[in-house]
Amino acid sequence: MPKLISEINTSSEEFQANRAAMQAVVADLAEKRLAATSGGPDRLKERHLARGKLLPRDRVMGLIDPGSPFLELSQLAAYDMYGGDIHGAGVITGVGRVAGRECVIVCNDATIKGGTYYPMTVKKHLRAQEIAEENRLPCVYLVDSGGANLPHWTDVFPDKDDFGRIFYNQARMSAAGIPQIAVVMGSCTAGGAYVPAMSDETIIVRRQGTIFLGGPPLVKAATGETVSAEDLGGADVHTRLSGVADHYALNDDHALDIARNIMGTLTAPRRQEIVTRASRDPVYSPAELDGVVPASLATQYDAREIIARLVDGSDFDEFKRNFGTTLVTGFAHIEGIPVAILANNGILYSESAQKGAHFIELAAQRKIPLLFLQNITGFMVGRDAEAGGIARNGAKMVMAVACANVPKVTVVVGGSYGAGNYAMCGRAYSPRFMFTWPNARISVMGGQQAASVLATVRRDNIEADGKTWSAEEEAAFKQPILEAYDREGHPYYGTARMWDDGIITPGETRRVLGLAFAATLNAPIADTRFGVFRM
Amino acid sequence: MLKKILIANRGEIARRIIRTARQMGIATVAVYSDADASALHVEEADEAIHIGPSPATDSYLRGDKIIAAAKATGADGIHPGYGFLSENADFAQAVAEAGLTFVGPTAAAMRALGGKAAAKEVAIKADVPVVPGYQGEKQDAPSLAAEAKKIGYPVMIKAVAGGGGRGMRAVEREADMAELLASAQREAAGAFGDARVLIEKVVVRPRHIEVQVFGDAHGNVVHLFERDCTLQRRNQKVIEEAPAPGMSPELREKMCGAAVKLAKAVGYRGAGTVEFLVEGGSLDAQAKWYFIEMNTRLQVEHPVTEEITGLDLVEWQLRVASGENLPLPQDKITMSRHAIEARLCAEDPSKGFLPGVGRIREIWGAGEVERLEIGVRSGDEISPFYDSMIAKLIASGSNRDIALQRLTRSLEGFIVFGPATNGVFLRRLLQDSGVKAGVMDTGLIGREIDRLSQRMVSDAEKADTVAELLRHEREAATPASSHHYSYTGWAANDAFQLGGARTMPMKVVIDGEPQTATVTWPAAARGSTGFAWPSVSLGGAGVPAGGHRGRQNVIYDGTVYASFDGELVTASRPVYDASAVEDGHAGDTVRAPINGKVARIFVAEGDTVAKGDRIAVVEAMKMEHVVHAGRDGTIGKVAVSEGAQVNQGALIAALTEIS
Repeated sequence: MPKLISEINTSSEEFQANRAAMQAVVADLAEKRLAATSGGPDRLKERHLARGKLLPRDRVMGLIDPGSPFLELSQLAAYDMYGGDIHGAGVITGVGRVAGRECVIVCNDATIKGGTYYPMTVKKHLRAQEIAEENRLPCVYLVDSGGANLPHWTDVFPDKDDFGRIFYNQARMSAAGIPQIAVVMGSCTAGGAYVPAMSDETIIVRRQGTIFLGGPPLVKAATGETVSAEDLGGADVHTRLSGVADHYALNDDHALDIARNIMGTLTAPRRQEIVTRASRDPVYSPAELDGVVPASLATQYDAREIIARLVDGSDFDEFKRNFGTTLVTGFAHIEGIPVAILANNGILYSESAQKGAHFIELAAQRKIPLLFLQNITGFMVGRDAEAGGIARNGAKMVMAVACANVPKVTVVVGGSYGAGNYAMCGRAYSPRFMFTWPNARISVMGGQQAASVLATVRRDNIEADGKTWSAEEEAAFKQPILEAYDREGHPYYGTARMWDDGIITPGETRRVLGLAFAATLNAPIADTRFGVFRM
Repeated sequence: MLKKILIANRGEIARRIIRTARQMGIATVAVYSDADASALHVEEADEAIHIGPSPATDSYLRGDKIIAAAKATGADGIHPGYGFLSENADFAQAVAEAGLTFVGPTAAAMRALGGKAAAKEVAIKADVPVVPGYQGEKQDAPSLAAEAKKIGYPVMIKAVAGGGGRGMRAVEREADMAELLASAQREAAGAFGDARVLIEKVVVRPRHIEVQVFGDAHGNVVHLFERDCTLQRRNQKVIEEAPAPGMSPELREKMCGAAVKLAKAVGYRGAGTVEFLVEGGSLDAQAKWYFIEMNTRLQVEHPVTEEITGLDLVEWQLRVASGENLPLPQDKITMSRHAIEARLCAEDPSKGFLPGVGRIREIWGAGEVERLEIGVRSGDEISPFYDSMIAKLIASGSNRDIALQRLTRSLEGFIVFGPATNGVFLRRLLQDSGVKAGVMDTGLIGREIDRLSQRMVSDAEKADTVAELLRHEREAATPASSHHYSYTGWAANDAFQLGGARTMPMKVVIDGEPQTATVTWPAAARGSTGFAWPSVSLGGAGVPAGGHRGRQNVIYDGTVYASFDGELVTASRPVYDASAVEDGHAGDTVRAPINGKVARIFVAEGDTVAKGDRIAVVEAMKMEHVVHAGRDGTIGKVAVSEGAQVNQGALIAALTEIS
C-alpha cells in the first residue's frame, strides 16, 4: 500500500507556532477534564468513602480489566450548565473491557446531588445505551442514584427520550440478546428501582445497596409504617425474600468481582467477517498532529497530513486522487482494523460530493467501516454551483452517508458548518461514535457570515422603511451575534449538550479510533440498501 | 537376611529406608494415613497399606494395625524409623511376639534406657558421668543448701511434682540459695500441694555432643564417632554436624568409649545414640562432660555420620537385625571430611515459628543440594497432623568451612513456594560469627533469636509482588495470538483513558492480611501495542520505586508466591465469601487460623464479647492457637463443638450483625 509522505517541516517556525497554539487549547481541555472527572465536593466524597464505598471512578476502574483502556464518553457533559457543578452530568459512561469482553459501563456519581438525573444525565445515560445497542455491547450499570432530579422533572420525566426510556432500552436490549447487568451499590429509588429490576442479573451490596419504589419517608407518609432503608430494600431483603436481586455482595469490591465473573461467563460475540491485521505505528508520530494543524481554522491545509499520523504505517490507498480534490478518500488501517476514510480538503463541490457518494458505496459494498474527518465550511454556493446541481450532488452524498450500514465514526478536526456537517456524517447521521477536537467549531454557518446575513436582512428592512442605518449601528448589531456564535460554536458548548461523544486531543485520536472501531465490530455489519439517488 | 520389611513411618525417613532396602534387595511395605494417601513414600514402596485416619494416634501410633499390616503383606520385619513407635518398648515386644523382626534394640534394652532416670542409673553403674544432682528425703533448707554446695553452683531447684516451670528456680550463687529455695518451695506447695524439691547442676554454656553407637546380637558394640547438635531452639535440634568442631582426640576417645561401655552394659543391639552435655563450650581434654540420655533408634541426623564415615547406617541396621555381625570392627571405622545437616521446617520464624500448613506449589533448587532427604514434592499438602520438618539438607567438605559454605549455598537456592519455612533463619544461623568459628552453646539460638528470625521484607517488596500479580492477570487475560478476534486495541495494557494517568485503589491480600494498594499506570507509555507496567505503592506513604531485592516467583490459582532472597511474600486478590453471612449472621466471623482440632470454646450463643476476647483454642502441631473476637458484639452462632477437627478458614463462631 502506498505510504503518505509528509510535507511538514517539524522544525519550522510555523509548526512550532501551531503546536504552541494547539497545546494551549489542549492544556485548557486538561483543566476542564480534571474538574469534570473529580466528582462532587470533597466533603461528600469523604462521607462516601467513610461509608465503605468506592468512589465512582474507582468502581469503574475496579470493574474493567486491570490496565485495560477505558473509552470514556461525554466527560464534559453538562459543562457550565445547572450552575456548573454537575460534573459529567453526574454519571460516568464509557466503553471498557471486562473479563475480556467490551461493554458499556454506566456509573452514577452519588457525590454529585445524590446521583440524581438532570436532563443531561438522562441524555448521557441514553446515549451510552444507544452505543451499547448499536454495537451490541453488554451493559453494566453501577447504580447509586436517588432517581430523577425533582426540580427538573419536566425535562426528565415525561418525554420520549426521558427517564423512562432507560428501562425501555433495557427491555429492548435484553430482548435483542444484549446482556444487562446491574450492580446496586447505593440507592435505587422509585423509577431507579427499575434499573436493577429490568436487568438480566443484579448484584446488591449489603448495607449499601437499596432498591425500593418508595423510600422510608414516602412509606411513613403513605402508610405510617416506620422502617429502615436496609429493612425496606436492602441486600438481605432482595436476595432472600423479594428476588429483585440475584447476588449478595459483601462490599463494593466483592460486587465488582461478581460482575466480572458474570461478564466472563457470557458467550463471545460472533466473529466478524472483517479481516483485521496486527497494529503498526504510523511512520509519522500522532504527537506531531499538534503542530500540523494550523492555529487558525481559516488556514487551509492538506488532510493527508492528519491521515498520515493516524493510520497504520502511514499507509493510505487513495481513491480518485485527481477528481473532486477537495474531498480526500481512501483505504487504510487503524490499529489493525480496515477503515475507509473521507477527509475534507476544502469546500465540497459537485465533483467532491459525487466522489464521496461513490466512495461510501464502495465501503458499504466491501463492509469496511467509515471514518469521517470533518473540516468543512460547507458546500459551494453561487450561480455556477447551483446550476451545476450542487444540491443534487450534495444530496447523493447525504443519501450515501445516511444509508450506509457499515460502522461510521466521525471526528470534527476543524470547522463543521451547515450542510457540510450533514454530508460528513454529523450527529444527525448517527455515527456510532462522534468526537471533536478542542480547536474545532460547529455552527449552522460561520459567525461572521451569520452576522452579515442577518445585518443585510436588517439593513434591507430599515432601508425599505426609508430610514438609514449607520456603520456603527450595524457593528453594534453584529457584535452580540458574533459573540453568541463564538460561544455556542465552541466545542465545550456542544459537548456539554452532547452534540458529540466527547472532546479528544489530536494526540489521543488514533488510540480512540482504534478502540471505537474495535468496539463497533461487536455488532455484525448489515448489508446496505441505498435509497433513490438523484442522478 | 530379611526379605521384606514394613516401614512404620512416613516422610523422608520412610523414603530413606526404602532406598537402602531396595539396594539390598529387600522388599518394602509402606503404611499410610488418610492424609498421606498420595505421599511419596507410599508411591515408592513396593506395597502400601492404609492404616487409619490422619491423626497419628489413629494411624502411625497404632501398633496393632501396623503389625496386622506386616502380617497381611508377609513382611518379616518392621523398621520403625524415628519418632512414632520407634522407642516404644511395648511395640518392640509386640512385634517380636508376633514373630517378626523389630529393626532396633530389644524391648528390654529399650526399657533399661528408656526413662531418663533409669538411663541415669545405668550410666552411673557403667561409670559414665551424669549431671550431678540431689533428689532425696532431706527437704530442710540447710541440708538442701549443703547438697547444692556439694553439686556446685549454679544449680537449678525443681519441684519434684513439677511441670511447666512452676516451682523452678535457677540459683547462681550460694548467697541466694535460702531465699530462692523458700520461694520455690512455697510455689511448689501452692501449685502442686507438694513442697518437695530436687536440685540439679546447671551445666553452663553446654555443647550438645552425641555419640553414634552400634551393637549386634553377638555382643559387639562399636561407635561411629560423635555428632555436634548444639544448635537447638527450645530443645529442638536445628543444625547438626560431624565431627564436633574443636573436638580433642582425648575427649573423643573418652566420650566414645563411655558410649560403647553404656551400650554394652545393656547388651545393646542396633543403632543408638548416647547424648552428652559438655560444659563451657570447649571440647578439650579437660572439659567436663555428662551423660543425659540415650536414644534407642536411628536419629534424624544420622546422615552426617554417614557422610563422614562413608557407611550406610540403615544397611547396618538391617544387617544387624537380620542377625549378622557388625559389618566392620571398630578399627576399620574411620572418618574423613566434615558434614553438616540443616532441618528445613514448614514454620514461620517471624511468627514465633508458627507451623505452616497448605500446599507446596513448587520446590526450587533441589538438584543443587549435595544430599537432600525430603518427604514431599511440589503439589503436596503440608498437613497439621505431623512434624513440621519437610526436608534435611546435607553438605560436606574436606573441612568445616567448605561444608558450611556449601550448605549455605544449597539453602540459598532451595526455595519452597508454599507455606513459610525456616530456610532464611537457617542461613542466617550458618552465617553467625559464633557458628562459623565453632564457638557455640545450646543457648546461642535463644540469644540471637530476634536477629535470626526477623523478617526483612519491605513494603517495596510487597508492592513489587502486587505488581507481579497484576502482570500475571494481564497475561492471563491477553489472547495468545494476535489473530484472535478479540486482539484489538482493547487488549493493550496501556491503561489508556481520556485525561491524566490512571491511579486506582486495589484491594489485595498480602501474606494473608487484607490491604489496599495504590496502582498507577504511567501516562507516557501509551500505545495500542505497548505494555505499560503499573507502579504499586502500599501504606499511603510513597514507596520508592525499585529498592528491593531480586524476586523469584511462581503463580498458582491467582496467588503470587514471591521469594525475596528466600523470604516469601504472597499476594492475591481477596476472595469474598458471602456464604458466611447467608445464615443471617452478617456480622464478622471468627475462623480457624490453621487446620487443627478445636481444643476449647469459651463462648456460647448469645454471649456478649469485647474485641480481643478469647473465642476458642485450636490445637495444631502441638501448638495452641487462640482465636479472638475481631470486634465488640454478641455471639450469634457457634459453628463447631470442642474436639471437632477444623480446616483453616472454617467458621468457628459468628457475631450478630451490627444494626
